[in-house]
Amino acid sequence: MNKVSNAGTVGKAKGGKLHEFLLYVKQHWQLYVFFILPAFVLTIVFRYIPMGGVLIAFMEDNPIRGILGSEWVGMEHFNRFLSSPDFLRYLANTLKLSIFGLLWGFPAPILLAFLLNRILSKSIKQKIQLVLYMPNFISVIVLCGIVRILLSPTGMINQLLGTQYNFMTMPSAFRTIYIASGIWQGAGWASIIYTAALSNASKELQEAAIIDGANIIQQIKAVEWPAIKDTVLIQFIMSVGNIMSVGFEKAYALQTDLNLNASEIISTYVYKKGLLDGDYGFSTAVGLFNTVINVILLISMNTIVKKLNDGKGV
Amino acid sequence: MEKKKQKSEFAKLPKEDKFLLVCGYVILGLFLVAIILPVIYIILASFVDPITLQNSGLTFDFSKWTLTAYERVMSNSQIWVGFKNALFYSIAFTAISTVITLLAAYPMSRTDFKGRGFFNLLFVITMYFGGGLIPTYLLISDLGMLNTIWAILIPGAFSVWNMIVARTYYMGIPKDLQEAAEIDGASEMVYFFQILLPVCMPIIATIAMWQFVGMWNSYFDAMIYLNDSAKQPLQLVLRSILIQNQPEPGMVSDMQSTAARAQLAELLKYATIIISSLPLMIMYPFFQKYFDSGIMAGAVKG
Repeated sequence: MNKVSNAGTVGKAKGGKLHEFLLYVKQHWQLYVFFILPAFVLTIVFRYIPMGGVLIAFMEDNPIRGILGSEWVGMEHFNRFLSSPDFLRYLANTLKLSIFGLLWGFPAPILLAFLLNRILSKSIKQKIQLVLYMPNFISVIVLCGIVRILLSPTGMINQLLGTQYNFMTMPSAFRTIYIASGIWQGAGWASIIYTAALSNASKELQEAAIIDGANIIQQIKAVEWPAIKDTVLIQFIMSVGNIMSVGFEKAYALQTDLNLNASEIISTYVYKKGLLDGDYGFSTAVGLFNTVINVILLISMNTIVKKLNDGKGV
Repeated sequence: MEKKKQKSEFAKLPKEDKFLLVCGYVILGLFLVAIILPVIYIILASFVDPITLQNSGLTFDFSKWTLTAYERVMSNSQIWVGFKNALFYSIAFTAISTVITLLAAYPMSRTDFKGRGFFNLLFVITMYFGGGLIPTYLLISDLGMLNTIWAILIPGAFSVWNMIVARTYYMGIPKDLQEAAEIDGASEMVYFFQILLPVCMPIIATIAMWQFVGMWNSYFDAMIYLNDSAKQPLQLVLRSILIQNQPEPGMVSDMQSTAARAQLAELLKYATIIISSLPLMIMYPFFQKYFDSGIMAGAVKG
């Protein structure tokens, strides 16, 4: 305590700003020491220290001598990855999975929200929502277990079709399975945010539109779309920002030895190379490459939106 | 009465609107069926004798129904160990992370908080940029946290996203409350715990629910950090049964032929899915009222 007030006096002599700051800290020390310290420490230790750890992407790691004893190899790991014949396939698998996923998966919850908005009875709407949200509470493992069961040669889908395909071993089926099961699980839950935005649409405006004889298309154009436009935009940018971080957990749980041609994505490759093969430096380099692309995508997306949206970014 | 009114309103609509509405209801209906159908199929299939199921599919001939799968899954100890671990991890993680996140959100919600911009930048950067898998793994290893529950509970305990959600909610609380508390000479602690938190229960419940469900359903951290089977959470046990086709040894070992074992292993999957999903399926409707409030609080900031 004493120290702080001493520093405060010195600060006063030097200039108002520092003094003001220290005085504030002295008065509100609980905000720093009690409220924000745990989060600060966790962030530094578990988020920022690993960022320093990416240096091993430029090293030939030596587990015995540790990071400090390892040799610098510059861009060697990157060159090895970028020049390997698999690189383009993994990158393409990752991009296709997330871009097609976005293309199909992004409009689905918006459509659901528009449809739900047309259900007039509140109690029916609630019951529908209960069903729509349910799959969100199923774990990735159970979801993939269900998918594997339904798509097995003797499973429900084959019984309905009267066929015996083994879908889980077909590379050509992987993306469809991944994306369709994603919509099955997530579209209902993702529609909440749009439903909430739609409920903020002006009721009077909508009634006025109806009295003026506007049909449904016109109502959507004039009232409902403007109410959710910003939300849609924000959600879209965030989805684009996540294009390279397409989920490891589900892709890995849907992989079989035979569909790897389509299902090996960068994150599963990083896991296998790093933790299963122990090739730390190389695996880190691949992961870093992924992050850098992601950041570039996010920044360029934000810039584009700023231009389109009169300087309003996110 | 209400229905009649809706009906007459529907009749008054122009033709193209009727068409659109009917199309919309059909799409919605199909989506609902697509959600419910697999669930019903799995519930029914879990009772059917494995040989019958493989040869002719579902049957309503109840003489072919059996509870074998449930008996075998429920009498397996590894499933219960998984349940117990998952429950413990989820409760502990929810408690730790909710407290840390709610605390951090408070200074961040105060516009007069000096250093707010600095902390905000520090936190938000981590949402988009990180060290990645291996550097994080090596850190956990260096800290001696491998194969301990701390590797599951601590590294992800502070959620920037949930902090933003909580902060947005705090900022919606009228300033008068805080001013009145300051005039009364209440400290930050007193104001936070006795005045602010009690009016923030909806958002606290929402965040706690997200954290609980997230931990309950995840398997990645447990897969890479825990190798002791006594510490495995439910999802890892499920993974070996459902994904790797490796049922727990005791579940099928008494069957004579490999084929019979494989058939039984298939049937066990259905029962395993039902048993493992039941707790959340029963609990989640009780949380429904919190969904909207939580999502909205997150949406405002975006």
